[in-house]
Formats: sequence, structure tokens, C-alpha cells
Amino acid sequence: MFDVDVWQEIFSTIKKNKLRTFLTGFSVAWGIFMLMVLLGSGNGLQNGVKENFASNSINIMWLWTGDTSIPYQGMKEGRTIKFNNADYTFLKEKGENLEQVSSRYYLPGTIVYTYKNEYGSFETSSCHPALLEMEKVIIASGRFINDMDMNDSRKVIVIGENVRKALFKEEDPIGKYVKLNNVPFKVIGVTHDKARNDERTNYIPVTTAQRIFNGADRVHTFAITTKMVKTVEEADSITAKVRQGLAMRHKFDPNDKKAMGSFNMLTEYIRTMKIFQAIKIFVWIIGIGTLIAGIVGVSNIMLILVKERTREIGIRKALGASPASVIGLVLLESILITTVAGYLGLVVGVGIMEGINYALEQALASGAGDGIFFRNPTVDFTTAITSMVILVVSGALAGYLPARKAANVKPIEALRDEN
Amino acid sequence: MIQISNLHKSYVMGSNSLHVLKGLDLDIQEGEFVSIMGSSGSGKSTLLNILGILDDYDQGTYHLGGKLIQGLNETKAAMTRNEMIGFIFQSFNLISFKNAAENVALPLYYQKVSRKKRNLIALEYLDRLGLKEWAHHLPSELSGGQKQRVAIARALISQPQIILADEPTGALDSTTSFEVMDILKEINEQGKTVIIVTHEHDIAAMTKKIIRLKDGVIEEVIKNGDLQLFKDRVRTE
Repeated sequence: MFDVDVWQEIFSTIKKNKLRTFLTGFSVAWGIFMLMVLLGSGNGLQNGVKENFASNSINIMWLWTGDTSIPYQGMKEGRTIKFNNADYTFLKEKGENLEQVSSRYYLPGTIVYTYKNEYGSFETSSCHPALLEMEKVIIASGRFINDMDMNDSRKVIVIGENVRKALFKEEDPIGKYVKLNNVPFKVIGVTHDKARNDERTNYIPVTTAQRIFNGADRVHTFAITTKMVKTVEEADSITAKVRQGLAMRHKFDPNDKKAMGSFNMLTEYIRTMKIFQAIKIFVWIIGIGTLIAGIVGVSNIMLILVKERTREIGIRKALGASPASVIGLVLLESILITTVAGYLGLVVGVGIMEGINYALEQALASGAGDGIFFRNPTVDFTTAITSMVILVVSGALAGYLPARKAANVKPIEALRDEN
Repeated sequence: MIQISNLHKSYVMGSNSLHVLKGLDLDIQEGEFVSIMGSSGSGKSTLLNILGILDDYDQGTYHLGGKLIQGLNETKAAMTRNEMIGFIFQSFNLISFKNAAENVALPLYYQKVSRKKRNLIALEYLDRLGLKEWAHHLPSELSGGQKQRVAIARALISQPQIILADEPTGALDSTTSFEVMDILKEINEQGKTVIIVTHEHDIAAMTKKIIRLKDGVIEEVIKNGDLQLFKDRVRTE
């Protein structure tokens, strides 16, 4: 099957029909090229969206309060619902399927930051140490808030890169004191994340915030990470349980979205990924469809080829060619055309996607890629290999019918002189 | 070499059955030089196809070199053809994109002889037929006589016991025809059994035995000594 002569025979027929071979191969190459580009784009979009989700834990959930909009247990609508520290304890201890909780107290009014002669107003977030993990805060230097800071309500602050630049210039801010509305806070860390605007955000312990800024035990919002679940239904049921628990504590209708707002990222994440799964299936269907068109083309050409070579095949058979060797000749040619053409399509397709990926990476590295909703639009190795296997198999399929036809050529009929 | 007894062959065409060979008996010894003649429809082509194991028969027996040839599968038939029979055709049947040497070497390819070796042997055979300088020419660059000589070289290369020639001079002018017949004669003199099918009397007259078919059976067999008689008869016909 793999001796030189077979290949020489195949190449000599291919050489005789260059244009036809090219056109046939092109249809296959185009099919696989489209498949690679579509799959790559699908992956790129999915990765882009995933990246977007990845700026937080994907299983994060946020809760906030407002005024009730539904009368409940004899109480009129319009009541203001407020979270407090007891809710934190409740969520932390009684919350089913919850992993981590962080509460936030909004600092009242504008907070002015002062260091030596520099000052400015910046956004300040109060939180629990758990937020580091939950919102994937990146620490460039120093450390994040810890439990001791919380327990002792220490006046410590983690500042953003922008604040460091604005107030400290070239100085190392760690250990220095920055004044928030004239209250000195010790800088313990600096966050750094180019892809996000969080550099403007500064973190202080929620206990400190409540104490210094007259918050008592008031809490404005909660961030919660939930158990990782696979379906929208499970994620929704976790949300519903949290809502129910807090509704009981604050006496409002659990369905009252105005009284307490909630957003479960996991639900959205699962939904989005489902869409991408559908897109992927769709892409495969289109790709395979294009490929089939190419393969039918190859099969067609091989049939014509066998028809044209009927006499030659007859001669070979008269001289002692076995049906197996005739089948081998046709099959190998078909596999050769599809494999080589398909491989070229694969390489060009993957190459283009890698090229786009390179350009994207460059854009991102230079900071220009902020709005790009497209990341790493490449096809993984397994998919490429799968496609190659599909190609070889389909080449064999394309050649099968023509090969059988060739094997059935009767030498007497082929050699009849009227032919 | 060839023993055929009570051979029957019919072709089914739709609802009609065409009985071509009707109980034919034939005995050809090793080293004979035989021509088979007959008008069209006499069954000579069918007989040749059966002799060449290109077609099956319905009834009777066919022994080739002492071996019963019956109901062989395609692979076996191809092998037997390759080893025992050399074919020569009216229209040469060379493969157009292969040069003379490659065409000659083809039967050895199917015997799995290595490329180098079979090309060497092919050159030797071409040399024997005076075509050494033409070894690397494509069939389209050769004259009719040269093509037929290439085909003869191809028929000989596998050293078969019999040579089957189907109208070997049908596409050639008379001068070239006689050249080809001379070659076939020479081959026969070297001990090979040569069977040709022809409708040309003068070609048939150059063989040592003429078998005339009519309506699927042998009408008459004209042997060596009677050939002169046959020639005379042909002249008067």
C-alpha cells in the first residue's frame, strides 16, 4: 500500500489533471478552513466573555436594599429595608450553599484623601477580607485587609494604583498615613489591575468604616459567593433561599424586588455558556456541512476519474492487478487529495486565527484593547486532530464508491475495442 | 497445455439468452502456434476471453497447464493471468501516461518485483525487440508497429506459458503485420504456445494450425501439412 510505485501512479494521474485536482482539493480545503475560522471565532467570543466574567468570581452574588413595593403582613408598601451586621452573621452561619460573605457600608458624602500637600477625592469601599478572593482584587504590593484589622476596627487602607500616583508620587506608600476627611489611615497595600478601573477603588475594613463614619451596624450591600452549580435552576434556587431568609428577617415579600435587589452572576454565567454551547454545535453543523459538500465533490471527481480510466483499469486487471490493488489506487488518491487539501485549509485557518490572536495580544498589551470582546480566538489541538481524522475518514468515504466501481470493472468490457 | 471439453457459454441479455459456445472441445499442446478464425458471432472472442480467464464459462471443463480453471475469484484469476498468460491486443492497450519501459514492467509490478529489477528486465526485453532507444518514450510517440512490439514485450516479460493475441495485426498495415507475425513466430520457436484470434486468412496461414469456429463449435481444424491446401482455397474463395 505504501510503496513508491503506488504513489508514483497517483502523482502521475494528479499531474495529468492539475486544475481538476486543485478545484476538488479547494472545496475540501475551504470546508475545513471555514470550520477552523468559525470554531476559532466561537472560541474567541466565548473566551472574551469568560474573561469578562473572570473579573469577579463567577459564582458571586450581590444583594442591596430599597423600599418595599408590595404590602406584606398588614404593612403598607414604601417601607425602607435596611441590612445590618446581624444579617451578615445570619448569612455567614445559616446561609445554605453559600461560601463567603462580605458586607459593605457606603461612606457618607465625599471623602477627601490627603497626604502631605497632596489631596483629592476618591471612591472608598468597605469590605470583609473575603472580598479579595471574591472580586479577585490584585495586590501589587503590601497586603489586603485581614481578620485582625476587622476585629480591632483598625484604621488601615488598601489604596488603588491611581491614588498612589496622585498622592504619593515616587514614594513607597506602604506604612505611610493618608488622611480620609482628616482621619489618618495606615496604607497596608496597593492594588493593581490594568484591565479594570478598580485602581480608583480603595478598600477599608467595614467595621472601621461603620465606626469612623457613624454607621452603627448599618450595612448597604452584601457580596456573596455561592456553591458552584451546573444549572440555572440550581443557581436560581440558591438565590431564592437567600431572598427568603432575609425576607423573613426584615418582613417583606420574598418576591419584592424593590425591597431587596439581588443579582446572581452564576445564573448569567450558566446562561451565557449555554448560548456558546449552542453556537459551538451550530458551528460544527455548518462546518461539517461545508466539508460534506467538499467530500461529495471529491467523490464525484473520483467517479469521473474511474470512468475515464476504465480502460486502463481493464488493462491492469488483464495483466494481473487484483481488485484490492485497484481499490487501493483509487482510495489512496482520494485520501491523498482530501488530506493534503484539508491539511492546507487547516493550517491556513489556524494560521489566520493565530494571527488575529497575536494582533489582539499586541493591542491588549499596549492597552488599546479595552473594549475588545474577543480573546484567544484559536482552535485547540484536540479539535485540529479531530478535524484531521474526520478528513482522512471522509477521504476514504469519498473514494469508497468510486473504488468499488473500479474494482468491478470487467477487463473484457473495458478492453472491448469499441470503447 | 490447454484442454477444453464440452464448453458451454451463454450470455443473458434481458429475457433473451444467447448461447455462444455450444459444447466446444479443444486440445492445444505445448509449443503449438494456433490461430482461431471465424466470422463474427462464431464465438471466437468469447473463447479467447475464457482462455484468458477474463470470463467464466457455464458448463464443461477448462484445464490450463494441467490446472482446472473454474470459478476462480477475481484475485486468483488475476494471479493466474499474471503468471501463465501474456496478452496482446489489437489496439495495443498500453497505458498512455507510462513510457515504454514502464508499460513493459507492469506485469512484474503485480508480481511485486522491485522497481529497479523490473525496469532492468523491461529494458532487456525491449532490447530484444529492437526498441531499446525508445524505452523512455510515451506510447503516443511510437508508431503502431512499435507500440505492438512494446505490447509483445509486456506479454513476454512475466514469462508466461501461453501468449494470447487478439487480432494482433488488426490495426497495422501489412508490412508491419508481417513483422509482428515474424516476432510471434520466433517466440513460438522458442517454445511458447501462441494462440491468435484473427479474421485475416493470410495472417492465419502463417500459423501452424487453424481452428475455424462456426456457431459455437469447431467447424474444422487445419493442421500443418494441410496449410498449403488452405492457402490455395483461400485464394480461390
